[in-house]
Amino acid sequence: MMTQIEYQGMSIHSVKYENGARLKIQNLSKAFGDFQVLKDINLEVSPGEFVTVVGKSGCGKSTLLRLLGGLDQPTQGQIYQNGQVLQGLNRDARVMFQDSRLLPWRRVLDNVSLGLKHQAQQQGQWALDQVGLGDRPQQWIMQLSGGQRQRVALARALVSQPRLLLLDEPLGALDALTRIGMQNLIETLWQEQRFTALLVTHDVEEAVCLGDRVIVIEEGNITLNLPITLPRPRDTASVPFAELKVQILDRILKRQRPPVSEPAYTAPLFAT
Amino acid sequence: MQIAQSKTSASPWRLLPLQQLIPWIVPAGLIFVWQVLSQLGLLSTRILPAPTAIVQAAIQLTLSGELIANVGISLYRALVGFLIGGSIGFGLGLLNGISPIAERFLDSTVQMIRNIPHLALIPLVILWFGIGDPARLFLVALGVFFPIYINTFHGIRSLDPNLLEMGEVYGLRPRELFWTIILPGALPSILVGLRYALGIMWVTLIVAETIAANSGIGYMAMNAREFMQTDVVVLSILMYALLGKLADSIVRVLEHWWLPWHPSQGI
Repeated sequence: MMTQIEYQGMSIHSVKYENGARLKIQNLSKAFGDFQVLKDINLEVSPGEFVTVVGKSGCGKSTLLRLLGGLDQPTQGQIYQNGQVLQGLNRDARVMFQDSRLLPWRRVLDNVSLGLKHQAQQQGQWALDQVGLGDRPQQWIMQLSGGQRQRVALARALVSQPRLLLLDEPLGALDALTRIGMQNLIETLWQEQRFTALLVTHDVEEAVCLGDRVIVIEEGNITLNLPITLPRPRDTASVPFAELKVQILDRILKRQRPPVSEPAYTAPLFAT
Repeated sequence: MQIAQSKTSASPWRLLPLQQLIPWIVPAGLIFVWQVLSQLGLLSTRILPAPTAIVQAAIQLTLSGELIANVGISLYRALVGFLIGGSIGFGLGLLNGISPIAERFLDSTVQMIRNIPHLALIPLVILWFGIGDPARLFLVALGVFFPIYINTFHGIRSLDPNLLEMGEVYGLRPRELFWTIILPGALPSILVGLRYALGIMWVTLIVAETIAANSGIGYMAMNAREFMQTDVVVLSILMYALLGKLADSIVRVLEHWWLPWHPSQGI
């Protein structure tokens, strides 16, 4: 897919590199009642970085995403976005949820251009073209498959050119083949538009495949912060890929292994 | 999707005319038997007049203008009562659906009143309003109010909260949230309420017009009873049935217009 700088006479979609949000999370805690979901989290994310967060269900990874989106407020600590403390709803962020959350009473195009004030139709059509659904703007949501619905949701998230894209297990409900297609699509669009991305998932392979960095959260703490330096697009069948995957899985499942003699890819490990 | 579409669009055309006629065979047969029994004198006109007699009565009353005048006044009462009760129910349903404070303040009161059968109030209503139109309008409005209120309220309350959260994330202001998410999401339920309300509207009107009236379809029937004109009585009953069916069809058209996305519309 080509980067579209001019689209039907619009120049607003010229891709600004370094467009992504810079995030600094400081001593972030979140408690629901007496239950501590996140405990003193510290994390920095560079503009345009793709960070994937893995962990067991209930470990607090979705809560972190909701805090970044401003959907919940932290109990303690701050989130700095481009140097400013995040308060209330994060206007620079868009969230893509596991359920597509499309409005069944609006057609595909009207779902995508939801909340847009200017040139809503053209911008919506542009976003639909990006996700490969440009030929069905007038269909109803009920007429789409699960994978197509998530593509519409992705188009809706990207139409306003967010600086931060938050993905809350968006591919969790899709079949394996559709999921691979969506992963490629997300990666391509991220490479073109250079927003900062944070993907929460429980699929370690997906996390390694997409992330510049994989973060493991266990019981509210970041226990692994692992940069992935494999070249993109990543070969999920390669040995270094498999080794990274095993390293992360071992961490999550707390498995012990005899030390491997000279691994092909030694990834730096920052446990906090 | 394509299979379903071709099925719905092809069947009415391809299966004409035999398939379309099948539902009408039994009613047509019954009317035929009825006509034969009446002509043979086996069915007394005091019990049921012949179908042809009813058609004759219809023609006669139409020509004299009596039928149209009575149907007109009944329609007017139904419509005005419906508009008053329906708009109050709709407004209150919206208010209580959107505002939890208003719900706490008002909902239990409404639920208590709902448990009184509104037709049981007739003696009291006659004492309050006399036997004129205000009494009938009051009863119709009261009967229509509850189904509209309850279905509007529940339509809003059963909305997926995730959709509302999504709307906020995507920068919709409260007014936009209402028009793009809350109202369209509650609309299927509101239309169900509308259907119920129209049914109750006619039932209430029938009772109210037969008890005390000097015009309207109910009056026409009761007046005809005094003179043993069973044909006019049956005609009046048929008029109610026809108007009820008409109201139901109007709601169907509304559903077709307003809910083109709904699975019930066969997309």
